[in-house]
Order: sequence, then structure tokens, then C-alpha cells
Amino acid sequence: MNGDRKLAQELVAGIARAAAEIGRPVKLMEVCGTHTVELRRQGIHSLLPDGISLISGPGCPVCVTPSGYVDNALALAESGRAVIATFGDMLKVPGSSRRSLSGLSGRGVVKMVYSPSELIRIAKESSLPVVFLAVGFETTIPTVVSALLDARDAGIRNLFLYTAFKVVPPALRLLLSGPDHGIDGFILPGHVSVIIGPEAYQFLEGPDGRPGVITGFESLDMLLGILLLVRQIQRHERKVENAYPRAVKPGGNPRARAVIEKSLEPRDDAWRGIGVIPGGGLGLRFELADMDAEKRFDIPPARDVEAPGCLCSLVIAGKAVPPQCPLFGRVCTPDDPVGPCMVSSEGTCAAYFRYSRQ
Amino acid sequence: MCLATPMRIDRLLDGKRAVVSQGTVTVQVDVSLLPDPKPGDHVIVHAGFAIEVLTPEEAEERISLFRKMAELTGDA
Repeated sequence: MNGDRKLAQELVAGIARAAAEIGRPVKLMEVCGTHTVELRRQGIHSLLPDGISLISGPGCPVCVTPSGYVDNALALAESGRAVIATFGDMLKVPGSSRRSLSGLSGRGVVKMVYSPSELIRIAKESSLPVVFLAVGFETTIPTVVSALLDARDAGIRNLFLYTAFKVVPPALRLLLSGPDHGIDGFILPGHVSVIIGPEAYQFLEGPDGRPGVITGFESLDMLLGILLLVRQIQRHERKVENAYPRAVKPGGNPRARAVIEKSLEPRDDAWRGIGVIPGGGLGLRFELADMDAEKRFDIPPARDVEAPGCLCSLVIAGKAVPPQCPLFGRVCTPDDPVGPCMVSSEGTCAAYFRYSRQ
Repeated sequence: MCLATPMRIDRLLDGKRAVVSQGTVTVQVDVSLLPDPKPGDHVIVHAGFAIEVLTPEEAEERISLFRKMAELTGDA
């Protein structure tokens, strides 16, 4: 559309003007993996002035799940004690031995789901316990726990969650607590914010904070988000702005938040590449302990072991870009991934591989 | 993993599920995370659940909102 093109040009020009006035390099972190992909797919990087660089943050749930989690899921599937149900994203993720769940899919012990709503049917049809690999951020979490509560109401007793739920704000807080993080502002995740609302990022306005703009996923949305961020930096402001108001409402989605609060509680949680983040994950509340796979199957804590040479941990923390990794594009490709950043379609390495090499 | 798609509610099946469509794609989704889903609502769908109702905006309205937010004059 012509109007869109004209507006895009104005936004790009506005970004260039602000960048020139700032007069130093500016580093913006996109927190969300969907942004990582869309910024590259839609060529936004190429529209930005030299002084502005976008770095990817820890916003891909698959990428921040410790390798030991996959090892534990593999061991459980191979034990014959349970059927594993999972979103497709987790299937190809290698554990510490580089084996993945996709290698077991022919044996009927791994079921892929598109929606947690399918879990009730899968559990009903299964003679074995069904363990769902509950991976995801705030966007996904309410869908999984809704399905779990429905299953419970329907009298289903053979469905369990192996939780690796992660929440975004504590991870940002931890990144900001590092001495030389170099981050000037955050492109905040659109769909996580649909659930948690802009208020969840209020700490960004505090003394160690940085500007943050909640941003949608169309090219105009992303250019607007970047413009508002550089404007804040130019004016030495530190605010949380919502540039995606058609979807993100004050307070987020109260029903979804209530479902989360009813079923889950914060816990310290290991993020791949970052370490243990205080309050960085959510686990099942005591009332739902009988649906907790870790308790039912005595699953050990997930250890995090990186493949030799893999820089995923630095990429996740925004401290390295994929081409700096000796494995990137040579040993590690989307067809034969080594680290999680290449496995997930929303991983930083996969996005670089697909869109930066053309 | 937080990919979500805007779709339109065609009809409600019961309090919990609805038929939604976008273009030629028609699917059933869970609408129980919304307080008051109605046919005609545009919703964001993630993992088989509608997670929010999109505020209706005509394209022109949206552009003027963008301009206002970005404080663009339009003659830049």
C-alpha cells in the first residue's frame, strides 16, 4: 500500500534523524524470537542507519531450555514408562549427546501437538501416562495450564506436565544487572505483553532501567517501535511505551493471568546460556502436584551441558553474534543443528542463517 | 514460539470454543481466555487459543495513530 510505504519512509527518516542527534552507536535488544525472525525476514536491519544495531535477546523458549531437559525427556520416552507429547519446536533439539526426540518419533512414544487442547484426546487414547513438555513464555503458558485444568475437570488422571515455563521480566532484570551489558533499549515482546501487560516492565523505568517499547510484528510496527526507542534515548528518557495497543491492553489479559496464578508459582529457574534466574520460571502449585511429571517420574534436575565450541550461551545473552561462532554455517546448520539457537526456527542462529546469507 | 495470527470469529460453538477464519483457513480454537467473545471479533490466535481481542481499527485510523505516536508531521 502506498500510504504504508510513505509512512515507512517517514519512520525510517525519523530514526535516522534521531540516530544522528544521538551521535554514538546505539544497541537495541529485541527480546522476542518472533521479532528476531520478522526483523530479518522483512529486511528492517537494512533500513536502519549504521549507528543502530539490533541484537537478539533470550526470547526463544526452546533456546533457553537446558540441554539436560531434553536428556531427561529422552530418558523418559525410552524408559517405556510414558508417552511424550510436545510442540514441534522441541522435537529436533539435541540433548547433550546430540540425540533428539525426533529420533524416537517412529516408535510411537513421542506425539507432536499444535495446541495444548489436543492433550485431552491424546491422554484419553493412551494406555500409558502422557507427559507434556511444557516449554514456553507467558504467551503459551496460559494455553497449556487451561488445557491441564480442563483435563483435570474431565477426570483425566494420566496427563502430566514436565514444566520448563519461563517468564520474561526477570530475565531482562538479570541482563540489566550485568556491569557491561551495553544495551541501550529493549524492543519488548508483543505477544508476551498481550498476557502480562505493560505494567510488568515498570522496573525498566527505575535507576538501572533502559527504554522499552512494546512492539508488534508488522514492518510498520517494528519501525515505529525502533523510532520510539531512539527518540527516548535521544531525550534521555526511560519509559515503557506501548506501540502495539491494538493487541496489548493495560493490565494484559486478566483471565489468562488468573489461570496462570491459580496453577503456577514463581521459582528460580535455569536458563540455558544465562544460568539460574531468580523467579525466572514457573512451576506447578502444590494443589497440582499430582500432575507434575518431575514428582511422578522422579526426574532429576536438568543439567546444562554445551556442545564443544557452541557459542549459543553467548548468543542468547546478546554477547556474541552467530558468525562469531566457529560452528556456525559449517558444522551447525538448520538441517544438522548443534545448538538450540540453530534448532528453533526462531533461534538467532537460524534467523541469521536463513536471512543474512542471501 | 510466540507467533500468533490475527483471525476473525465466525461463530461460537459453546462457551469455550469458536470457529475462526482468516482468508481460506478455517479452524476451531479455544476462546475461554476471553471474557466476552463474539462473532465478528478479530482475535489473536496462539497455539489453538484466542489470547486477545484486537481493537478494531481502520487502516487510516491506524496510520494516524502511528503518526501521532511517532509525532510525524507527514511532510517529512
